[in-house]
Amino acid sequence: MLKVSGVHTYYGAIEALKGVDLEVVQGEIVTLIGANGAGKSTLLMTICGNPRARFGHVSFEGEDITQLPTFEIIRRGIAQSPEGRRIFARMTVVENLQLGGLTAPKERYADNLEQVFTLFPRLKERREQRGGTLSGGEQQMLSIGRALMSQPRLLLLDEPSLGLAPMIVKQIFNVVREINRSQGVTVFMVEQNAHHALRLAHRGYVLVNGAIALSGTGAELLANEEVRAAYLEGGH
Amino acid sequence: MEYFLQQLINGLTLGAIYGLIAIGYTMVYGIIGMINFAHGEIYMIGAFIAVITFVILGMFGITWVPIAVLIVLAMSMIFTSAYGWAIERIAYRPLRHSPRLAPLISAIGMSIFLQNYVQLLQGARNRPIPPVIQGGFSVMERADGFNVSLSYLQIIIMVLTVVLMFGFTRLINHTELGRAQRACEQDKTMAGLLGVDVDRTISLTFVVGAALAGVAGVMVTMYYGVIDFYIGFLAGIKAFTAAVLGGIGSLPGAMMGGILIGLIESFWSAYFTIEYKDVATFSILVLVLIFRPSGLLGRPEIEKV
Repeated sequence: MLKVSGVHTYYGAIEALKGVDLEVVQGEIVTLIGANGAGKSTLLMTICGNPRARFGHVSFEGEDITQLPTFEIIRRGIAQSPEGRRIFARMTVVENLQLGGLTAPKERYADNLEQVFTLFPRLKERREQRGGTLSGGEQQMLSIGRALMSQPRLLLLDEPSLGLAPMIVKQIFNVVREINRSQGVTVFMVEQNAHHALRLAHRGYVLVNGAIALSGTGAELLANEEVRAAYLEGGH
Repeated sequence: MEYFLQQLINGLTLGAIYGLIAIGYTMVYGIIGMINFAHGEIYMIGAFIAVITFVILGMFGITWVPIAVLIVLAMSMIFTSAYGWAIERIAYRPLRHSPRLAPLISAIGMSIFLQNYVQLLQGARNRPIPPVIQGGFSVMERADGFNVSLSYLQIIIMVLTVVLMFGFTRLINHTELGRAQRACEQDKTMAGLLGVDVDRTISLTFVVGAALAGVAGVMVTMYYGVIDFYIGFLAGIKAFTAAVLGGIGSLPGAMMGGILIGLIESFWSAYFTIEYKDVATFSILVLVLIFRPSGLLGRPEIEKV
């Protein structure tokens, strides 16, 4: 479904991604783990064309999307809940969700909204509240809910657990599993919380210094010595 | 009292015109964080299109006022929209990722270019037109014969401004385009990630602001009956002052700032010296910048994220 091959991305002269290859198959949950600064968020943004890859290709459902403008990529069925959540602070919860539904058919709006409210009842309670006044967990829910409003076939999640209480992390990971199972949304998720992420995911990749160092099923990576040493036993 | 009332009417009319121009400044600032220094020229071009269209309509014998005014408004808005679009395309978009000084300079260049271009095509002399809409009400009459009058034209200017501002506020607050516009103001990267065509939204912001300035140009042509290629400079700076006074980036602020500037100018001219009315206006700009840099209705720059 999503294929990243030999992607190099630069910020000015700095090479953030140094030839990344990976693949996400329809129906999977795939996670990408790695240390701070390894290039995880850059990879998600490169998939969305902002910044564009300087070398290499990104293809989605067989089409090369490397050079497309961001809004065109999104209109092909990819949605992202990005690093830092990026809620529109001065807009209400509903307005944020309406913006999320921009690319979905208008007649599906009410159903999609209802579906998001079912997944995250908290958002329904706060529907008229401004995004900037929500708690961190609620903002994360809104960020994911907003991404789901476009009925994506591929959902990109950037560190959905960052800075959240364990209870809420659990709730959010349950929702991710739920939308994957019952709605068939393919999920590609970047995480630092490797333990949770690898247990949830069908497969995983490890990104080190802008390149893929390891890959395997979630269980394989959980059992892998190097992964354990680098990402699991350091306090998790 | 009667004199005061008359100045109030005059000030509100003038303020409506400034307010319409100020919206363009504030919208463009809101979305790209830069002042469109060529915006005053758009208003001037709107005024010239109005004169030209009136003349052409006269040649074809279309002199029934409502139709003529509607056609003039439409033509002016169409042309100024095109100019607004072109300014963004030529002076701003190629420099989107350059240091902020670059688009500032290119916009000033655009402004000078447009002034000279109109001067070259239309000549440097004043362009008068005969009054299009005449007559009005006498609101009040003083014993000594002083008349407080409210002309039909003033009513039309104020009503049209209120309708446009109301419609425009609804557009921004309640339509998909308005939501996309506000999203781009807050976070262009995220707007893009939601499928908003950011470039197109910025273009549309210039276009809509220019169309409103075009309407202001038509109004001023009919109100004063004479225009020249240089009117955009002063009106532009005053409308910019209005936008700053109200709080740059704030839509209601621009409207309020416009009306305040109109009132200040009109009352200053009436009770003090008319020669110094611009000094009064720009003193306000200086005072606002010193004591309340974010304007009357503006947001402070620091925000909790």
